[in-house]
Amino acid sequence: MPRELTQNRIQKIWIPSKDDRPSMPRTSRGGPHLANPPTVIVMVGLPARGKTYISRKLTRYLNWIGIPTKVFNVGEYRREAVKHYSSYDFFKSDNEDAVKIRQQCALAALRDVKNYLTEEEGQVAVFDATNTTRERRDMILEFGAENGFKIFFIESVCDDPNVIACNILEVKVSCPDYQDCNKTDAMEDFKKRIECYRMNYQPLDPDQYDKNVSFIKVIDVGRRFLVNRIQDHIQSRIVYYLMNIHVQPRSIYLCRHGESQHNLQGRLGGDSGLSTRGRKYAGALAKFVEEQNLKGLKVWTSQLRRSIQTAEALNVPYEQWKALNEIDAGVCEEMTYEEVRERFPEEFALRDQDKYYYRYPSGESYQDLVQRVEPVIMELERQENVLVICHQAVMRCLLAYFLDKSADEMPYLKCPLHTVLKLTPVAYGCKVESISLNVDAVNTHRDRPEEVKRGPSTLIRRNSVTPLTSPEPNKKPRIEGLDDPIIREVTPAQLTLCSASHTTLALSTQNLKICSIECHEPPQLCL
Amino acid sequence: MSMEQKELTQTPLLKIWVPGMGSSLGQRRGSSRPQFTNCPTMIVMVGLPARGKTYISKKLTRYLNWIGVPTQVFNLGQYRREVVQTYKNYEFFRPDNEEAMKIRRACASNALKDIANYFTKEQGQVAVFDATNTTRERRGVIISFAKEKGYKVFFIESVCDDPEIIEENIMQVKLSSPDYENYDKEEALVDFLKRIDCYKMSYVPLDEEKDRHLSFIKIFNVGSRYLVNRVQDHIQSRIVYYLMNIHVTPRSIYLSRHGESELNLLGRIGGDTGLSSQGQKYAKALAEFIRGQSIKDLKVWTSHMKRTIQTAEALGVPYEQWKALNEIDAGVCEELTYEEIQATHPEEFALRDQDKYRYRYPKGESYEDLVHRLEPVIMELERQENVLVICHQAVMRCLLAYFLDKTADDLPYLKCPLHTVLKLTPLAYGCKVESFYLNIQAVNTHRDRPTNVNVARKPEEALQTVPEHL
Repeated sequence: MPRELTQNRIQKIWIPSKDDRPSMPRTSRGGPHLANPPTVIVMVGLPARGKTYISRKLTRYLNWIGIPTKVFNVGEYRREAVKHYSSYDFFKSDNEDAVKIRQQCALAALRDVKNYLTEEEGQVAVFDATNTTRERRDMILEFGAENGFKIFFIESVCDDPNVIACNILEVKVSCPDYQDCNKTDAMEDFKKRIECYRMNYQPLDPDQYDKNVSFIKVIDVGRRFLVNRIQDHIQSRIVYYLMNIHVQPRSIYLCRHGESQHNLQGRLGGDSGLSTRGRKYAGALAKFVEEQNLKGLKVWTSQLRRSIQTAEALNVPYEQWKALNEIDAGVCEEMTYEEVRERFPEEFALRDQDKYYYRYPSGESYQDLVQRVEPVIMELERQENVLVICHQAVMRCLLAYFLDKSADEMPYLKCPLHTVLKLTPVAYGCKVESISLNVDAVNTHRDRPEEVKRGPSTLIRRNSVTPLTSPEPNKKPRIEGLDDPIIREVTPAQLTLCSASHTTLALSTQNLKICSIECHEPPQLCL
Repeated sequence: MSMEQKELTQTPLLKIWVPGMGSSLGQRRGSSRPQFTNCPTMIVMVGLPARGKTYISKKLTRYLNWIGVPTQVFNLGQYRREVVQTYKNYEFFRPDNEEAMKIRRACASNALKDIANYFTKEQGQVAVFDATNTTRERRGVIISFAKEKGYKVFFIESVCDDPEIIEENIMQVKLSSPDYENYDKEEALVDFLKRIDCYKMSYVPLDEEKDRHLSFIKIFNVGSRYLVNRVQDHIQSRIVYYLMNIHVTPRSIYLSRHGESELNLLGRIGGDTGLSSQGQKYAKALAEFIRGQSIKDLKVWTSHMKRTIQTAEALGVPYEQWKALNEIDAGVCEELTYEEIQATHPEEFALRDQDKYRYRYPKGESYEDLVHRLEPVIMELERQENVLVICHQAVMRCLLAYFLDKTADDLPYLKCPLHTVLKLTPLAYGCKVESFYLNIQAVNTHRDRPTNVNVARKPEEALQTVPEHL
């Protein structure tokens, strides 16, 4: 007898009834075949080759598509063990004490990797260190084999002195190690540091030594790639992602369509046209775009009338993406929130309980939206200057990707009408400028209700996505329990923070001006 | 500052908002996603014979056409076979055979002419030049040609030195080639190996250093390694991703619809109902069938809709739900019968018959939208080995069209009856299809294109091909 199916109330997913054993493994959260076994991504390369940049960006992407991922940066462990960085001498290969410490740090990091993947339900751990010797990599491969983890190496190879110098200036010179140095001295010291590694550097060898190892060699910042023995879906996605990202300076502009007729009436969804103010906004947007004077700007819209009307005012070619359409509110389409509350009180309450996973009956959830919008993100990575004219929920998804926001935060990100968010990649993160175009509009934002009881934990489906913010690196000392004593006292390092606040942006509607610049840059990390 | 807002109208077929009266679409393409191809691209295969060039050419072409990028293969061997009516032996390919060289060069030149024609007169977007292209000189000719015309060039080189793989390739596709009609197997193999030797001497593979300005992917040993250089644009990136996901391990893909549903019985489209009693019988029969097939490591996929999940439940094995496999969204026509659609939306009904592939239901989807939605499923199917996909009529048509290389015109009319499993097994350059009707009665849900698709047609004409229901 086939088991009875019920549709779970928040996600509207059909599952066998509660009194039966579930048929599917509950373990995986992301795409297919990611549950078993977990993967350790191992970065390889000399300092200033973009390893940390890649680690952080990749981690952000994987978390956004629902694969719990965390970076383990060995340099950070070292900064905790060695209170004060004096000079590149620390990295000399004949500095026995230092070598011991560095080895211990690597082991400590691997211990935390193991813990993350086995005890904390992590699926991918990114081991961010130089890993430039065969000895070190063999040790990691053994570690993987012992614990049943898959190992995938990402090696970054670059010999262009301009690129290296640029990297050093952007992220090394301002790193905690060089707090008390001036730029020139820092640059000099760092270059000598690189030389310490270079002598013993054994790149991955696809022809002989490493021919059975799974890896990708990224050469000259993505000009060329060597890909060896991709084992599974996640490695294939990672390779595809790495081949699409670039480091050309550019900006991404996100905004919603101008105020629509439905917005005025407080109605969800639908396909109405712009209101008078919405049309005014479109005009203001055209002027704004012109003033930005951008090279080769691409304009993307959804296939809904209001976003296309907005783009039309710009008088430039634009591309329509169905994937950018607003979240489908199913049976609630075109209702006001009051009408929803009246006609579907239970649904209304459920949505507030878990806005990310909640799927409208015959409609979509934010979780569905992320999956739908992923190809747009991939193409945004390929592109340079782009203006995306979309919708509230969609914009929240995109923003969550760029600003590394969790599933929990995403549905409550503030994306008001008539405001452009300008995102510019900077160092390891993204600078956000919020520009209000000074045209009044209704407020369509509903805050998270105060008294919301969390319902039973939602079922995490395969092929459904659950963005997680990339986990903060551990700050507490963790070199306890190793055999050799640490030379200096262990204290938490001072991490440079640019700005940790994500408070609401105060929007001025008086003048067309940049209201606030939020520097979203996670702590500086380096080796 | 006044902004003249052009009025937008929604095109009746595609439901796309365009400025003006909407009659001329102009530059507004109607699909769900931007195509990203402005410049025609030449994909140039490189490699010794029996390295899988034609296999890759055909498979890649099939994929690109399915996702909506008009692509065509230009196989030099075919040009040669037309000029040189009968193939004698490998001596034709000897590098010192001047006469043959002349012919081969002329063939290449004709192929390039046809490619130019395909781009300019036939709106082609990608041309796959399937030949050995093993010398730098030949590749130079192609690059100059492309530069002159403004085409992008992307090389795909297949490198393989595993003699077992080569022999397997020869056995699978060369021996049955027209060239070897009058040879016996052993002789053919010997001759073909000598043919390969003719090329080996002058073979100059793509070089990391010397060819660093070219865009290419080098595939080693059937995909165990790849070298990718200078991917220029979106389409090349997609091609690389596709090539890295395909494999040649033998396996089968089983496609089936859910068991007959309650709405099926009533002749209603869409919705999310459960199985009828016949549908439940089918689910059990499917379980038995699958057991009988003794499939190694079978993965089972369903949609998020109750009827496919109920069907999978009967199998008693783990299954995975994909929202992307959900049936086409019929928008305002959800849960209506065809008769009701004709009564309430006669114009829409006629438009759909006019262009069933591109027609988008009001507030719903088109087959074209469905294809884009299904692309990640196809990509994952390529990665996988044995898979059973339990889905829906329109979805199954899309998947089938991909595997069997059906056009957009044929796709919406492919026959995918209830209670029938299609087993697809890759074979040579294509796909073998076996159809298993599990002998459980079900309604027919297939609606052929009626003769009269005019908006002004009479209701009887519109409903001419509607299958019977309760």
